[in-house]
Amino acid sequence: MTEVSHGELVRVVRDHAGRLAASLVQLIGDFTAAEDLVQDAVEAALRHWPVDGIPDRPDAWLYTVARRRGLDLLRRDAVRRGKLALMVWPTQPDPGDQLRLIFTCCHPALPRTAQVALTLRVVCGLTTGQIAKAFLVPESTVGQRITRAKRKIAEAGIPYRVPGDDELGDRLAEVLSVVYLLFNEAYLPSTADLTQGRDLADDAEFLAATLHNLMPTEPEVTGLLALIRLHRARASARFDENGGIVQLPDQDRTLWNQQAITDATALIANAAARRRPGPYQLQAAIVACHADAPRWEDTDWTQILVLYDMLLHLAPSPVTRLHRAVANRYVAGPAAALVEVDALTDALDGYHLFHATRAELLRDLDRPHDARAADERALALTANPAERSLLRQRLNWT
Amino acid sequence: MKYVLMFVETEQFAADLRAMDEPERERAYARVRQWFADHSDKITHHTHLLPADTATTVRLEGGEPLISDGPFVEGKEVVSGYVEVEVADLDEALAMARVWPACPVVEIRPVAG
Repeated sequence: MTEVSHGELVRVVRDHAGRLAASLVQLIGDFTAAEDLVQDAVEAALRHWPVDGIPDRPDAWLYTVARRRGLDLLRRDAVRRGKLALMVWPTQPDPGDQLRLIFTCCHPALPRTAQVALTLRVVCGLTTGQIAKAFLVPESTVGQRITRAKRKIAEAGIPYRVPGDDELGDRLAEVLSVVYLLFNEAYLPSTADLTQGRDLADDAEFLAATLHNLMPTEPEVTGLLALIRLHRARASARFDENGGIVQLPDQDRTLWNQQAITDATALIANAAARRRPGPYQLQAAIVACHADAPRWEDTDWTQILVLYDMLLHLAPSPVTRLHRAVANRYVAGPAAALVEVDALTDALDGYHLFHATRAELLRDLDRPHDARAADERALALTANPAERSLLRQRLNWT
Repeated sequence: MKYVLMFVETEQFAADLRAMDEPERERAYARVRQWFADHSDKITHHTHLLPADTATTVRLEGGEPLISDGPFVEGKEVVSGYVEVEVADLDEALAMARVWPACPVVEIRPVAG
């Protein structure tokens, strides 16, 4: 028994909860029942461990609590009760079990909010309360989402399996977009302050790393893991001591974790060698271009532009076009970039970064009046406190 | 598990079908027959409905039954038929719906009981 830090508690619970869930579903053949047992065990751990310390064998501890609770709950179900009674711990973990768990949580027949909540609860061992805090929604809302999702899994016959080769591509894309959403939400929460609640970026990285271990030959999984790690390697330079955003050109690059950047870049090379490019690999490669540059002036914009064109070819979107235009400002100049940006007005008029980008280009082109108007539009469109303060500063200074 | 796949037509789909010439329409019907043949071991029952302009709706919620002309929802999407299938799980039902060659929307509902 040792002194427990919050981070350690989160890590240990997460390392074991998903595996226990996977074993229990396999054993009793009922996703929703198994999920309840694990959640009970996690709640118990969060009550006891901060006081008693983390046990030497946390997995066995969680298992014992879940099993005891299960034997109690399943009194009237002789078959499942018998299976649970015979369960020996540790079971030989089947990597396939954890994959089945993830694919079930992210089944396309579930709404995205439920996919996210289920994945966090079942695979990462978060409690309903922790999820509610992370997304700034009432706990009852998350509880209802989970209950409804579990009922749908049971009643609509959502299977517990890894999809076959014919549908794996689409289903994996669904899983990756859940992880990516989690990461984005964590990377810059759209509301309230940045320090509150759990670090979802850590959970997103955990999920991506788990998937990468289980599916090492899927290059998009590797690409997403690299993308997340490249962003996190530079996270400490993104905010100043007051929580204000520091933009890329102004970041202190000595704060970047060079080892993590080197490792993530190696992951990208490893994925690229499979010659199945995809949006996550390309986004990671773009971020790697930034991360590789010792100074802002050293950024290889021509390479970035090539990567954006490949990304637009595979996954066309107005937001990606906007990013490409930003890169093109450093290749073809601000006037050409502004033409590209203005062509996106219909699609992105409600997006604050569209207007913020226009403002920067207009300032470059010596049109301060138009720039201010664009910054004001941007300010009206975002609720994020860090982004608002950046825009306000710009309006004050110029 | 038993599911019902409800086939939903849109105005656009109906218009496209009307605009087809005879050989084209025959090919479209042939694709539907082929789909039924491919999944005949899973289909336990099926029905194709006449167009929505033949529908009559009875509303019983206000005490006196209210009879009106037309389908129960006023909209661009109407149910045009259904099949009942017996398959292992939702993924199998989804696999059938994914290759359905006719109308553009399919709703899958598990059968109660």
